[in-house]
Amino acid sequence: MVGLALAATVLVASPSTGGEVRSYAITGDAILQPLTGKQGDPARGAALMMDRQRSLCTLCHSGPFPEPHLHGTLAPDLAGVGARLSEGQIRLRVVDMRRLVPDTIMPSYYRIADEERRLAASWRGKPILSSADIEDIVVYLATLKG
Amino acid sequence: MRALWGLAGVAVAFVCSMVAATGLENGEKRSGFDFMTPETQALQTDDMSNPGMLWVLQGEQLWQQPEGRAEIACAGCHGDAGQTMGGVAARYPAFDEAIGRPIDLAGRINSCRAARQRAEPLAPESDELLALTTYVAHQSRGMPVAPATDARIAPFRDNGRRLFQSRIGQLDLSCASCHDANWGRRLGGSVIPQAHPNGYPLYRLEWQAVGSLQRRLRNCMIGVRAEPFAFGAPEFVDLELYLMERARGLPIETPGVRP
Ligand code: HEC
Ligand code: HEC
Repeated sequence: MVGLALAATVLVASPSTGGEVRSYAITGDAILQPLTGKQGDPARGAALMMDRQRSLCTLCHSGPFPEPHLHGTLAPDLAGVGARLSEGQIRLRVVDMRRLVPDTIMPSYYRIADEERRLAASWRGKPILSSADIEDIVVYLATLKG
Repeated sequence: MRALWGLAGVAVAFVCSMVAATGLENGEKRSGFDFMTPETQALQTDDMSNPGMLWVLQGEQLWQQPEGRAEIACAGCHGDAGQTMGGVAARYPAFDEAIGRPIDLAGRINSCRAARQRAEPLAPESDELLALTTYVAHQSRGMPVAPATDARIAPFRDNGRRLFQSRIGQLDLSCASCHDANWGRRLGGSVIPQAHPNGYPLYRLEWQAVGSLQRRLRNCMIGVRAEPFAFGAPEFVDLELYLMERARGLPIETPGVRP
């Protein structure tokens, strides 16, 4: 079902639109290298996780975050995600969950959306989150050991 | 080992979403009303506290009021709405010969204004148009949704189904992603209802006003960061046709109340 290239490393070319999405390498079910080339900031990541307007994560996911009554129930609880998944595995799941679950409802956070899908003008040509945002979230989630 | 754990988690979630994606079975059809708190339900069921009843009252006045160069009221052609308008909202949208495609209730009201009253159309979401639409739809309250079986409508309803199932916007979600596969779960603090149109126009606490079905659909489209269809767009009528078919049998609630 998942069609994972378990051993092979796949290089994903960056789309030509504005270069806001850089290329990254997928190894198995992970992206081993930080998208920015350096480690993110977990404190910024924690703040971003809870930002319902920008990251949207808690619209679907619950987890050890403030205001649990505003957490969604559409997705797995993220408590202990850092024990279940490696940093690289978390990175691929945030970048493009669709590679693992083709019909997932989780948005691909690091991909330029297709304009033919009635994409609203203000969201054209950019991914949902920047590479730096994603790195901050990834290092933060990796600290959630259970 | 950790990788296997991750994969197993993804596989389980995947299978669950496959099962849920089969859509609405008949026995599980539930109005948005059923997902509300008892307090908000009470607001809807008690006419003395339902704020939507103010629009019904305004609509009753407009129904009697002569308009346009023909100086004739809705009542001049249709008489007592209580006698003539019962069941109309339960079968709309209906095929309109003049334009060769289906038309919704608000569209019908405006076409009567143009053709019979020779008056200017009422603006979408204007208080007058909402009041008249709410008043007319209210005459069907309690009647089951019963879409017309008009073969000329089928291709438009099919287009509505296609729109319902198409992923749109930056979040790349379809109406079905939420309302078929995940109704009853929570998106942030809100329970996702099944997307039935049987309460519209309705009073939304968040709007502090009565609004149309199209206003609700635009909200959902903007939520997934898609360009919403314009008020009155034919796509909205097609979507409504599909939603009405999906809601077949549920009672009309107009004016509903929603959070
Ligand atoms: C619209 C819903 C939605 C949003 C928004 C969302 N996710 Fe997800 N996420 C899911 C679903 C559903 C899954 C499970 C995979 C599947 O079944 O598609 C998932 C899985 C995951 C996983 C793997 C969890 C595990 O235990 O295997 C991680 C990590 C994750 N999401 C992180 C995030 C982060 C970080 C964000 C925000 C930047 C986010 N998600 C936003 C729906 C969402
Ligand atoms: C990301 C999830 C999501 C998507 C995608 C979505 N909706 Fe919704 N929809 C909701 C939520 C949540 C509500 C209830 C909001 C509330 O009560 O505050 C809702 C409410 C509705 C209602 C009102 C039901 C009632 O009882 O009043 C209708 C109708 C509806 N949606 C139709 C649609 C259509 C058509 C589409 C696609 C164009 C769509 N939705 C896309 C989440 C979604």
